[in-house]
Amino acid sequence: MRIQCPFCGERDLSEFAYHGDATFQRPDPDSPEADRNFYEAVYLRDNPAGPHEELWYHAAGCRSWLRVRRDTRTHEILAVRFPAPSDT
Amino acid sequence: MRYSIFTLLRQSLTGHRGWTPAWRDAQPKDAYAVIIIGGGGHGLATAYYLAKVHGITDVAVLEKGWIGSGNAGRNTTIIRSNYLLAGNNPFYEWSMQLWEGLEQELNYNAMVSQRGVLNLYHSDAQRDVYARRGNAMRMHGVDAELLDARGVRRMLPFLDYDNARFPIHGGLLQRRGGTARHDAVVWGYARAASDRGVDIIDNCEVTGFLREGANVVGVETSRGTIRARKIGMAVAGSTSRVARLAGLRLPIESYVLQAFVSEAIKPFVPGVVTFGAGHFYISQSDKGGLVFGGDLDGYNSYAQRGNLPTVEDVCEGAMALMPAIGRVRVLRSWGGIMDMSMDGSPIIDRTVLPGLYLNAGWCYGGFKATPASGWCFAHLIARDEAHEVARAYRLDRFASGHLIDERGVGAQPNLH
Repeated sequence: MRIQCPFCGERDLSEFAYHGDATFQRPDPDSPEADRNFYEAVYLRDNPAGPHEELWYHAAGCRSWLRVRRDTRTHEILAVRFPAPSDT
Repeated sequence: MRYSIFTLLRQSLTGHRGWTPAWRDAQPKDAYAVIIIGGGGHGLATAYYLAKVHGITDVAVLEKGWIGSGNAGRNTTIIRSNYLLAGNNPFYEWSMQLWEGLEQELNYNAMVSQRGVLNLYHSDAQRDVYARRGNAMRMHGVDAELLDARGVRRMLPFLDYDNARFPIHGGLLQRRGGTARHDAVVWGYARAASDRGVDIIDNCEVTGFLREGANVVGVETSRGTIRARKIGMAVAGSTSRVARLAGLRLPIESYVLQAFVSEAIKPFVPGVVTFGAGHFYISQSDKGGLVFGGDLDGYNSYAQRGNLPTVEDVCEGAMALMPAIGRVRVLRSWGGIMDMSMDGSPIIDRTVLPGLYLNAGWCYGGFKATPASGWCFAHLIARDEAHEVARAYRLDRFASGHLIDERGVGAQPNLH
């Protein structure tokens, strides 16, 4: 598996560290539903078989965080970009 | 047909033409008392114990491919009960005890071999951790011995004892641990369950759930609609996929774990050995191949194959521990999809949907758990209450905070 880093170009998997599902949204701690919302955000996952939005860290490269769209059935990288502020 | 030395002799004398299929080729009926989704070790064991222990024989096991074609055929066949925590240890010890009687129980040679499991330690701190685990095991009535470096050297003289970076200080040994033949476990349970009236239906993929209000009352499959009063899911590796059909979201991520087998060599590694300074474990099959593995490929995957950095890491672990095998060629490698739960421990529980039961989240540990997983899941389905040794494996423990964090590193989906 190779990831096309937008800054460094195509690099081997061993340069990257995986940080999992990128769709995590930090819940509002002041919400009356906060307990339930934090449980869902921290523990529950869609875990799709197919395209998956995920975060990778280019640890042995430019040290950028990357938002990668990858097919979990084939490991094909579908898209790579820097995360946007609106992602979190 | 009962297997014995006399059956074998009789068949030998008649040219082996009288052997019958080990289990019936069943056609799906319209309805059953219980449906088990997943014809792997856990699903088949569940069906067997439902019939044997609880007298529920109107059971179907639905398998998407052929039985044992998932993780039951992709593991490294290790059995052990060397767990620390009170939520885990009695469960895995019950599994160990079921392994010890399994072949007589099933009248099937599962090649259970108690050749010992040795976890090596490489520092004083790691020795203390292992001593604690060994003490916890003995307090639960499980065998454990702490070996010093000399004790390990007597058992395994071929390890690298001159390794300055990872010196071998000793190991925690469970002599009752060992290996079993993974396919034979599946076939033995299938045959024994089928003999008791369980229908084993392969090439039958579940594509949806039948609902009446909140209740789950059946499944849609590639071979038609089948109704049942109770439905158990034992599809570790595909749990999230099947659960989504019922609208459930679970505390599970799927990861690929690779394993390897070398060409066959003469008897060399006497038991199961694990490297404590990296992540590497090895045993030798009865055919002579070295069977070994290590870390997960660390990203979500359903691909049943991994990538090269993990292959390199595993082989580096092998070379650090036992350079003697450096010239042995790797014959095959493969990947299995692990249900990685968020605390590294499994789930055997009801779901929020009445009629639907969940057996999932086995992480690396599914094979050794097969008998007890089936026993406890059958108990849960038959009696609607958790079995005594599986009480901690609740689905709601993530919400309530009662995690079973065997490794002690907090909740994350890539634990052992």
